[in-house]
Amino acid sequence: MDTFLQQIINGLTLGSVYAVVALGYTMVYGIIQLINFAHGEVVMIGAMVAFTVIGWLAANTTLPPLLIVLIGTLAAIPACVAVGYALEIFAYRRLRNAPRLAPLITAIGASIVLQQLAMMIWSRNPLGFPQIIPNTVYHIEGATITLIQIAIIATSVLLMAGLTFVVYRTRLGVAMRAASQNAQIAGLMGVNVNQIIAATFMLGAALAAVAGVMVGTYYGIAHYTMGSLLGLKAFCAAVLGGIGNLAGAMLGGMLLGLVEALGAGYIGDLTNNVFGSNYQDVFAFLVLIAVLVLRPSGLLGERIGERA
Amino acid sequence: MLEVSGLRVSYGGINAVKGIDFTVRAGEMVTLIGANGAGKTTTLKALTGLLRPASGSVRYNGEDIVAVPVYQRVKMGIALVPEGRGIFPRLTVEENLDMGAYSRDDSVAAGADRDRVYALFPRLAERRRQTGGTLSGGEQQMLAIGRAMMSRPRLLLLDEPSMGLAPLMVQKIFATIRAIAAEGVTILLVEQNAKLALEICQRGYVMESGEITLHDNVQALLANPQVRRAYLGEDL
Repeated sequence: MDTFLQQIINGLTLGSVYAVVALGYTMVYGIIQLINFAHGEVVMIGAMVAFTVIGWLAANTTLPPLLIVLIGTLAAIPACVAVGYALEIFAYRRLRNAPRLAPLITAIGASIVLQQLAMMIWSRNPLGFPQIIPNTVYHIEGATITLIQIAIIATSVLLMAGLTFVVYRTRLGVAMRAASQNAQIAGLMGVNVNQIIAATFMLGAALAAVAGVMVGTYYGIAHYTMGSLLGLKAFCAAVLGGIGNLAGAMLGGMLLGLVEALGAGYIGDLTNNVFGSNYQDVFAFLVLIAVLVLRPSGLLGERIGERA
Repeated sequence: MLEVSGLRVSYGGINAVKGIDFTVRAGEMVTLIGANGAGKTTTLKALTGLLRPASGSVRYNGEDIVAVPVYQRVKMGIALVPEGRGIFPRLTVEENLDMGAYSRDDSVAAGADRDRVYALFPRLAERRRQTGGTLSGGEQQMLAIGRAMMSRPRLLLLDEPSMGLAPLMVQKIFATIRAIAAEGVTILLVEQNAKLALEICQRGYVMESGEITLHDNVQALLANPQVRRAYLGEDL
């Protein structure tokens, strides 16, 4: 088996998920300079809601598997959008002009609340995600790619293209960018900035919902703590690409997925099996540290002084 | 059109505006002159809703608008060309102009207005795909005025439009302001360059340390020794 190609495939799959989640971090940061550390929990809620809906439909109906997953995703989206909206309204809006530490602590608090709520609703045990999609395996050049991997990568690409369209080609998108560059002036132009900020949270949450379904389907498991590490890694991806920058989040997510997969694939060989692929999680944070030391503005981050 | 009475505004813990009264009638060009820190910008911010007055009233076409949120005032016909121009630096020139028309729901007419702005400022048409941050100061001022016009304002507030511009550009900008007024737009102009402002307006208010100390028609103000000494730089 070709390790390199295989890890590239795995890395792109993982990276797609990171990219979609990282977009949520970066959009919110771009508009109100807040790191929404509860964003990972929104992904988890998405996975949980989808788990419930997919499980019920699989047990009680004879709908085709793909349709079931689609309905599960469509159910997860409004749930996550509601959570994203609630976070903005209840946790962050009042702190809009507070010192930056306050909303940061609130974000961590909100994240704990969401986790505990999920634990109360869905139990503390890992939940086996119903494996209803036939996981066909394709062989290419000594490596394998599964149907689920293809679906994840394709879905992510579609989502990223869709988001880019919204941000660069629609009225909402122009208003979002204007508000992120100068909220006061955007208000003068007639933009209800609070509404735009809420819309940003909701858009990010909708992406998180889909990411939740993708992760659940990929690993076949959902757990109330699954959002924390995933969220932190996606945050690293957003910083790697340059936080606040959409293309940066996409690039950062993909790169981080590749670094992780290749790192996990080769770390055993490189260290004489002292470290194994279970050290996979270390790479995201190594990347974060490296970025913060070498290029704090990220790969595509704006240079300071570009503001007029 | 605009009646301000007893307006008090605190800004950053100081009483920047200490109970001022002034009016702007429909079709007029009125200027508010005064030194740096006199409270002129704070007054404009209160008119647009960016700052909430501590007390007093702002009546626009007879209606008290103090409680109206910022983003709804543009729809009522009030537009501001802000101090420092306030261009969105990473939106293109065209997107900046489109933001000016954000409150309108007639995109076809807005498109026609955009063409009029381009006709008025051909330089902006040449740079329509460039981002706002790459423009020169004068071009940004043109863009700020064009953007404000995109909302089809009835009352246009201008905050220091001459600031930081070369003399030739200042002339062009002021000629444009005059042309806008000729179309029937009511204008309230805040300027440090008192001479220029008094030359194009009909009436003027002089502001000092948060209070209006003098108001008259511009001929009287231009003749006033106190104004000439303090704001026109003349030794008398």
